[in-house]
Amino acid sequence: MRFGILVFPGTWSDTDCHHAVSGVLGQRADYIWHKDSDLAGYDAIIVPGGFSYGDYLRAGAIAKFSPVMSAVREFAQSGGPVIGICNGFQILCEAGLLPGALRRNGHLEYRCQWTHLRAERADTIFTSRCDQRRPLAIPVSHGEGSYFADPATIAELEAGGRVLFRYCEPDGRVTDAANPNGSVANIAGILNESGNVLGMMPHPERSCELLLGSDDGNLIFGSMVDAVAAATAGDLQADPAR
Amino acid sequence: MPVSKEILDEIALSPAEYQMIVDRLDREPNPVELGMFGALWSEHCGYKHSRPLLGMLPSTSARTLSQAGAENAGAIDIGDGLAVVFKVESHNHPSAVEPLQGAATGVGGIVRDILAMGARPIALLNSLRFGPPEQPANRRLLRGVVDGIGWYGNCIGVPDVAGEIYFDESYSQNPLVNAMCVGIAPVKDLASAAANTPGDVLLLVGAGTGRDGIHGASGLASRTFEEEQELRPTVQVGNPFLEKVLIEACLEALGTGKVRALQDLGAAGLTSAAVESVARGERGFALDINQVHRREEGMTGYEVMLSESQERMLLVAAPEHVQDVSAVFEKWDVPCRAVGVVTEERVARVTEGSDSLAAAPVPHLADAPRYRLTGSPSPDDAARQHLQLSDVPLPTDAELGDAGEVLLRLLASPNVASKRHVYRQYDHQVQTNTVVPPGAGDAAVLRVKGTGKAIAVAIDGNGRQCFLDPYQGAQRVVAEVTRNLSCVGAEPLALTDCLNFGNPERPDIYYQLEGCISGMADACRELGLPVVSGNVSLYNESQGAAIFPTPIVGGLGLLEDARKHCGAGFPAGGLAVVLLGAGELSAGSHDLAGSEYLSVVHGLIRGRPQIDLSLERRVQELCRRLIADGIARSAHDCSDGGFAVALAESCVLGDTRVGGSGPVGFTASAEFTASIPGRWDAALFGEAASRILVSVDPANLAATLSAAEETGVPACPVGETGGERLSFGPLLDVAVADLADSWYGGLSDAWK
Repeated sequence: MRFGILVFPGTWSDTDCHHAVSGVLGQRADYIWHKDSDLAGYDAIIVPGGFSYGDYLRAGAIAKFSPVMSAVREFAQSGGPVIGICNGFQILCEAGLLPGALRRNGHLEYRCQWTHLRAERADTIFTSRCDQRRPLAIPVSHGEGSYFADPATIAELEAGGRVLFRYCEPDGRVTDAANPNGSVANIAGILNESGNVLGMMPHPERSCELLLGSDDGNLIFGSMVDAVAAATAGDLQADPAR
Repeated sequence: MPVSKEILDEIALSPAEYQMIVDRLDREPNPVELGMFGALWSEHCGYKHSRPLLGMLPSTSARTLSQAGAENAGAIDIGDGLAVVFKVESHNHPSAVEPLQGAATGVGGIVRDILAMGARPIALLNSLRFGPPEQPANRRLLRGVVDGIGWYGNCIGVPDVAGEIYFDESYSQNPLVNAMCVGIAPVKDLASAAANTPGDVLLLVGAGTGRDGIHGASGLASRTFEEEQELRPTVQVGNPFLEKVLIEACLEALGTGKVRALQDLGAAGLTSAAVESVARGERGFALDINQVHRREEGMTGYEVMLSESQERMLLVAAPEHVQDVSAVFEKWDVPCRAVGVVTEERVARVTEGSDSLAAAPVPHLADAPRYRLTGSPSPDDAARQHLQLSDVPLPTDAELGDAGEVLLRLLASPNVASKRHVYRQYDHQVQTNTVVPPGAGDAAVLRVKGTGKAIAVAIDGNGRQCFLDPYQGAQRVVAEVTRNLSCVGAEPLALTDCLNFGNPERPDIYYQLEGCISGMADACRELGLPVVSGNVSLYNESQGAAIFPTPIVGGLGLLEDARKHCGAGFPAGGLAVVLLGAGELSAGSHDLAGSEYLSVVHGLIRGRPQIDLSLERRVQELCRRLIADGIARSAHDCSDGGFAVALAESCVLGDTRVGGSGPVGFTASAEFTASIPGRWDAALFGEAASRILVSVDPANLAATLSAAEETGVPACPVGETGGERLSFGPLLDVAVADLADSWYGGLSDAWK
């Protein structure tokens, strides 16, 4: 499959994501410059982490006006898988593709540390390779990662099964101590209503090799690969002429 | 002399130096020329007092690709066609005035030094010194500096992987902020900073030039801090976002193959960048300041030439390539302006349109005077070095606490305590190379993508021991940084240094400077290591008192197999622990010299630290061999706080794997406990050099001891890991949970 990885000025997880999906998982991956607006031919889009436009004004607030984000919106609306990581999550929220916002960490400090995530569902295109009983070890690195939304939105997310990842202890218990930023309900990642757009603060691309401490990030990217393969197989069945 | 003493003071030139300029030019310099001379002849750029001494340091090895001073940073061949470039630099004086911006721009500056070599920055380290955190002013500096490093480093996407922080009264009001950057590049793509082709165009790229930082080099770095409040406008202001974009744009421009040379704009800004580039290429330049893009109106030529505005680089390209190079910067929305040309004639010509502002021969500008002074020890030195065990009362339960209480106190000392609260505020994983992160080992380990190798990096200093004995203290610093590399399994390859001292015009300070450099030089020779880059920061004084002499040494090591690395924590119970480098715990007065124990428990800074470099070399070789053979399961050197603190740290760290089980206890064997001398304080907390604690599977204990015997390294089994307590029978028995509370909690008060 072919991943498209967005590059804004100030993005720094672009090369890490490329290494994860291309170098580790062996998929095709290209960088997409923020001034481009053609996403034809891509099976999935990664909005990587960093400090797009320096995070001036507010994290993700300027990136949402980039030409490429209009294209991402269309791509998502047509059902294409989009994963926003860290600053990418912030951008997706700012762009209105996901509800809520990322506030400054509760303790007001930047945090770079390992976290454990409980995948609340294993029936999504991002978690089909995950086992709900085994938490994922994936690190965070952010100063503004505390997920917040009004109670009605949170209730809607919970009811719709759209809270995909929660910070938890290595044994899976969801505790305050396991929450690195004070996010509401230990939320680490959420889905849009259609389930094809994921925003998450932790960095799965940083945990794709055991040499670096964990390869659980592959479960997320690998699930995306499986989903695209399944969709392509479905398309082929529906349209044998292709 | 038509120039007043006040003006000369402003640019930090002496009347004699002014006369030297007049003699060389055969006329009075005009104000712009005088400003340029002042900046280039500053200690920061011209190394007036240090260059003659720096010649003592070995600067080459079979792996060196560039020598100290020849380019912006040293380059080391790590095989596979790759070079690692690294350098450490100080930003002490700006950080004293404005800690957040001072530290942030210190990071930005060292990153551009690495970028100027054509290398991608892959790691940051930092070495920090402050006054005691009990004082609010010192806490303000500490927090500001940490915030500045995090703000800048996190934004540019370069991981901050290792560092150290110490506190001592001598750094009150004069903090040290030394930042190190490591980069990597294919050897064939290493860039030069030499502008050697007449007709080539000088392209100034990056931020607009403003009035910030004027006289940063000559003013701030060459005077003490009586008037620091007045100097606020001389501190530069950083824009890490622009730095990140500048990194990408410069690397992409270099990738076109159409950039002849590049140079960062650091101290003394455009003056230094342009003069140093053409001096290296043995040419001159003609530069029109009207072409320099500005962020402020009404700037004079003097201000434009001496501005230290951040995030700027100077590129050199042939005229036919200017368009292609400019196109890259246009893509990244980074300003790129042709501001001048390289000339055959070796003169630095600065014009403002058709008006001449300066015309001075490059060799005169670039050749700062050098001073070889005569140092002499302070009369207090001998008294300080004199230490007898009888001067140090053995702690008793009633007064100073028993061994367990002393251990807890030392673990909670800010100098020893875990720096987790600091490094977790820094992104240490971006670029996905970090194999051993900060806190998990004695050095950071970064794998090298596309190879099976890894590099290790560490940074160390010990001002207190250098204060007691500059020569031995500096040797111990070199030993410690290389020992830290060896403890993760890396072979040390090369060093970089930042020499932080007081006013070298004082004989006792010059004595310290000379002693430290000479100690470093001898240690480097014994260990077979070159110093490939560095920086000097002098005049670190406040209210007439100098800081401890503080050479900071950064080290680079190589692991041929990234998987064969080692951490500092005991990874499991049931392992045998062996002390390498000593057959037993000695308890002489020299063990306590300059120790943390002596300082924390007895309030003494006394004694004469020692080191046997030949033993040091053998101990490190043995440690690396045990790691490479897969025998050592952990390795941690005994440094601040000595043997007992090192052991406690290995227990508290325990199993550091992601999701690992954490702390592991330890019980000393009865035989070892019985061997501890009556002066258990000197034995447990003395800081004799060249000692490493390793843990091994019991089945490998005999192999470990025989390897030690083969290599001529004294060694002794100490005990076994397991349980939840650190125990030496009746002498010391503490719960590991209590050790962890002290160690992790020791620095947290500084953030309250």
